[in-house]
Amino acid sequence: MSLTRRASLVLAIAVIALGFSLPFYMSGFRLFQYTQVCIYAIALMGLNLLTGYNGQFSLGHGAFYAVGAYISAIMMDRWNINYAWTIPVAGLLCLIVGFVFGRPALRLEGLYLALATFSLALAVPQILKYFEHWTGGSQGIVLTKPKAPWGLKITEDQWLYLVTFAITVVMFILAANLVRSRVGRAMVAIRDNHIAAETMGVDSALYKSLTFGVSAGYTGVAGALSAIAVAYVAPDSFNVFLSVTFLIGIVIGGLGSIWGNVLGALFIQFVPNWAQDISKAAPWAIFGVFLISFMYAMPYGIAGALKKLWISRVVSRVSQKQGGERAPSKQAQSQIR
Amino acid sequence: MSGRKLTALALAGALLGAGLASVAGAQTVVGVTATEIKIGNTNPYSGPASAYGTIGKTIAAYFKKVNDEGGVNGRKINFITYDDAYTPPKAVEMVRKLVEQDQVAALFQTLGTPTNTAIHKYVNQAKVPHLFVATGATKWNDPKNFPWTMGWQPNYQTEGRVYASYILKNHPDAKIGILFQNDDYGKDYVKGLEDGLGAAGAKLIVMKQSYETTDPTVDSQIINLKNSGANVFFNVTIPKFAVQAIKKAHDIGWKPTHFLNNVSSSLASVLKPAGLEASRGLITALYMKEITDPQWFKDKAYTDWVAFMKKYYPEGALDDQSNAFGYTVAQIMTQVLKQCGSDLSRENIMKQAENLKNVELPLLLPGIKVNTGPDDHAPLEQEQLAKFDGERWVLFGDVFDAFRK
Repeated sequence: MSLTRRASLVLAIAVIALGFSLPFYMSGFRLFQYTQVCIYAIALMGLNLLTGYNGQFSLGHGAFYAVGAYISAIMMDRWNINYAWTIPVAGLLCLIVGFVFGRPALRLEGLYLALATFSLALAVPQILKYFEHWTGGSQGIVLTKPKAPWGLKITEDQWLYLVTFAITVVMFILAANLVRSRVGRAMVAIRDNHIAAETMGVDSALYKSLTFGVSAGYTGVAGALSAIAVAYVAPDSFNVFLSVTFLIGIVIGGLGSIWGNVLGALFIQFVPNWAQDISKAAPWAIFGVFLISFMYAMPYGIAGALKKLWISRVVSRVSQKQGGERAPSKQAQSQIR
Repeated sequence: MSGRKLTALALAGALLGAGLASVAGAQTVVGVTATEIKIGNTNPYSGPASAYGTIGKTIAAYFKKVNDEGGVNGRKINFITYDDAYTPPKAVEMVRKLVEQDQVAALFQTLGTPTNTAIHKYVNQAKVPHLFVATGATKWNDPKNFPWTMGWQPNYQTEGRVYASYILKNHPDAKIGILFQNDDYGKDYVKGLEDGLGAAGAKLIVMKQSYETTDPTVDSQIINLKNSGANVFFNVTIPKFAVQAIKKAHDIGWKPTHFLNNVSSSLASVLKPAGLEASRGLITALYMKEITDPQWFKDKAYTDWVAFMKKYYPEGALDDQSNAFGYTVAQIMTQVLKQCGSDLSRENIMKQAENLKNVELPLLLPGIKVNTGPDDHAPLEQEQLAKFDGERWVLFGDVFDAFRK
């Protein structure tokens, strides 16, 4: 096991332990915020698979988030189905929708795909109002928060957080395994040079639409969890800005990085609040300053910057052992991505 | 055990005892100290509805004025307001922050129908006063199921009833045609009208036409309504469709008595685009003094408001009705706190909010009074009709009380 691999395993275990212990020393409102962080992290993971690993842009993931939320809400509200069942269904249906949307989107590259997905983000809130019978129109659907089962003596907030956190951990392990697998290597190969990848026998069309589907599925699961956590869905919850927020999250966190999604989720949850605390008059100007300084100081996102720091430490230690001989910096550099 | 350890232990014990005593002594009144009371609020300072954010700023400015003048019963109002960007998830987060972290005594004027819907259950479970919410939906007046929530402005059903009582009095043989938006907002208006008409309704209403917000135009609905022979037109549309409806009716020469819902009564965004000539004769219902109407320019209430704006909120626009709205609703909140006296417990705040009797506020139309009760969480239920004379809304007739039998 390499040093980096071992370090990230230790880190993962520490974070998981910390995550599961959170409900025991935090109040309801704080826990709700961290539930939101977990939900955002899953959504960002979805978008990052698409953009960071596969090189396709999307400005429309808010739409999949909304679809996931509404699937969950309608199932709970109309058919009284237990919330736990609605989450995989939302994920699966979004995966199919994403895959189907991914096929025609294959013809579009880069900015053109970004615009096509943007149209989804614009359209979905209005379409939701149109099917009023199902979606409750602009009034949305009010849900009931699930109580802790098996007579557990914990609050709804604590239970909801634990469920969300557990799902986040599972989704992250799945994603980490996916990107290290044959499929993951194919995804990255397509991102780096799709002609070369095709020459090597990678079915670019299939992998691209598959990635789109998986990405939408992740975001759908996040949407379903958000419907359960907020206990209410309405078209106003899923405006265009949500999609932009996701994009901000993955870029700040780190494209093509698993940990980056956690950092990005923390950023989009808390930095707007801090900005508001600093200035009531112009919170978004402050937010903009944060964004620019992050991008200037850490062009590969927070995760990228941390990794760079880690690698440079390892490299200097290795070069000390080898008696001052310069370490192969090329390899170190290539790991930064 | 050493002496020092003993001292420390004794000290700790004493502190603990004192702490317990103070908890037991002061009745735990959340959000209130000897010198201040915390009031929480969310407003859309960013996002699609950020134009309404000025209401929150006006309220903050008004409370600053109250504090400068000594506060309420010796306490300063600490008004904590957060941005919810008009999105329900953010509203939930911010309201929970206000209740659980900032520990406000009451929530006041949280803005928006979807945002308030998202927090409705939560605040009632937490038993936090949720006062004078800024939305026209009817559901806030439901004290049986939601005893901690109270509305403010006349709701859509109330307004529908006001038109109904006018029609019953002045057009007893009316043939009413209705155009309404096919959602809760539109249906609330229609229900108010039908309830107000009572048994006569079934005979008087000759046609109902609806539209979806996604429809491109309402032209065909207007033609259908004309062909139905209706001579009274109840127009329940948001500004975009109100413009189309007024124009189309004018173009095809349909001249009914035309009631336009207050939602679309704006001169700038509806009547001018529709054409001032086409708009002549429209009737709407008002409850506040229109601050752009010259007839109030010499009114003391208006000049007081302008003086307040210049001193406490100079960047606020003097032609934005929202700033008058914020000023007025902040006055009613101040009134509730005054009535509370020295008991600022959540129970008493709610009790006093339910105990407003014939309160008149400077920028409400003369004769319109705020009234609430334990089973009446709709503070404003009176409106006066106004006719558009081609230039401005001219008030006429008496103040209508939607629920007076």
